Amino acid sequence: MKKNLTYMESVHRDGRRWGIVLGLMIIAFPAVLCAIFQAVPDWASMGKGLLATMPMYWAVGIVEIFTYVPMLGAGGTYLSFITGNISNLKLPCALDAMERAGVKATDEEGEVISTISIAVSSIVTTLILIIGVILIVPLAPVLESPVLEPAFAQILPALFGGLGVVFVSKNVKLAVAPILLMLVLFIAIPGLNAGTVGIMVPVGVLFTVAVGRIMYKKGWL
Amino acid sequence: MDFSVNSWVLFVLVGIIIATVLGQSVYFLVRALRRARELGIAPSVVRKTISSSAVFTVAPAVSILVSVVALSKTLGVALPWLRLSVIGSMSYEVVASQNVIEAANLDSGAAITDPSIFLSVVWVMTLSIAAGLVLVPFMTKSIQSGMTRMSLRDKKWGEIFNNAMFLGMISAFLGFVFCDVSLIVEGNTACLIAPLVMFTSALIMVVCGLLATRCRVRWLTDYALPLSLVGGMAAAVPLTGWLG
Repeated sequence: MKKNLTYMESVHRDGRRWGIVLGLMIIAFPAVLCAIFQAVPDWASMGKGLLATMPMYWAVGIVEIFTYVPMLGAGGTYLSFITGNISNLKLPCALDAMERAGVKATDEEGEVISTISIAVSSIVTTLILIIGVILIVPLAPVLESPVLEPAFAQILPALFGGLGVVFVSKNVKLAVAPILLMLVLFIAIPGLNAGTVGIMVPVGVLFTVAVGRIMYKKGWL
Repeated sequence: MDFSVNSWVLFVLVGIIIATVLGQSVYFLVRALRRARELGIAPSVVRKTISSSAVFTVAPAVSILVSVVALSKTLGVALPWLRLSVIGSMSYEVVASQNVIEAANLDSGAAITDPSIFLSVVWVMTLSIAAGLVLVPFMTKSIQSGMTRMSLRDKKWGEIFNNAMFLGMISAFLGFVFCDVSLIVEGNTACLIAPLVMFTSALIMVVCGLLATRCRVRWLTDYALPLSLVGGMAAAVPLTGWLG
């Protein structure tokens, strides 16, 4: 007899199925190219490349799962971890949508709004990239023009300025300690920059959760 | 088949994968829209979520397109199109491809002509960031269940926990904005561009909030984040001219 699944159970079932199918397609892509071009990778450069890239990004990737899944919701997670650009696009988009709709990520309403927001964002991104790739010859000089270059270089400060106001203003007490810690770390440690900010996200999250727990237990929140 | 970084077969394969990714997004969108109706979420809320998410996405998506253009000089168009449509991000893809190109002692500005090097780049780009791809289908349910249990046990702590996670992420990016400010002691004023862009964006958000609440310009609340994002990016142009 067919079991009636709840919405959440069906999201997990479908998310797993789509994830496995797409995961296999993405991982099979280089193998298919080897067969088509009848060539094998250059093992030396591939080995060195993997050694230089894989350990750090796998470590960050595993921590990111624990960090982002609770914020994105189930549907949002299954979509975001396929379509990428989580911290600079999908997550801010979902957070803004949930904030405006007045729903929480842990409620089913939050789950639905987050999924709608991330799905729309993924579709729009994919369509813009398709149009951009078709029109790449006339668009390239415009997109790479020196006038626009500073605007695209500053997308993260422009994004987190607005988003910071929304969340910090609603949680001022909780926000003070992590913002101070991150300011001190980023200013004092020269190695922390655009390339390593992804590693600092889990650090910030763990620290803020710990501070939040202490403040909650002491009745300060 | 003869190899070229812009071979038609690459576009066909990438097109198939991207069409499937698009299919996944459409499938989840339709499911969520149906569920929103069942839960009684007001259609106006759903409409606003769709329109503001779409508007918000335009500027970052164009910035991703800029990354595709930048990477296309070495890797052709098809591979960066795939990598930045699925999983990747500009910073990761550049690091991954550069690590292989440097290991092969090649010029990073010229298009790759050797299929073996190209395949090495594709394998490294694919495997090095596959953690989420491999683990998310099997871990998401248990993490989500843990979150739900925690919220049911103590609702207030569940809310604080959620806010703490958001703030932790935001604080890391706010810290990053200031990572170069110490260079000001060396007379490098360009290090002030990022903080000033952030303050401009924050100021636009504050003004939008005030206009929405005090002057009852309600529609502004739906587009405050895209406006602050585009306003901040636009401010970067004169700020760079002035300080850069």
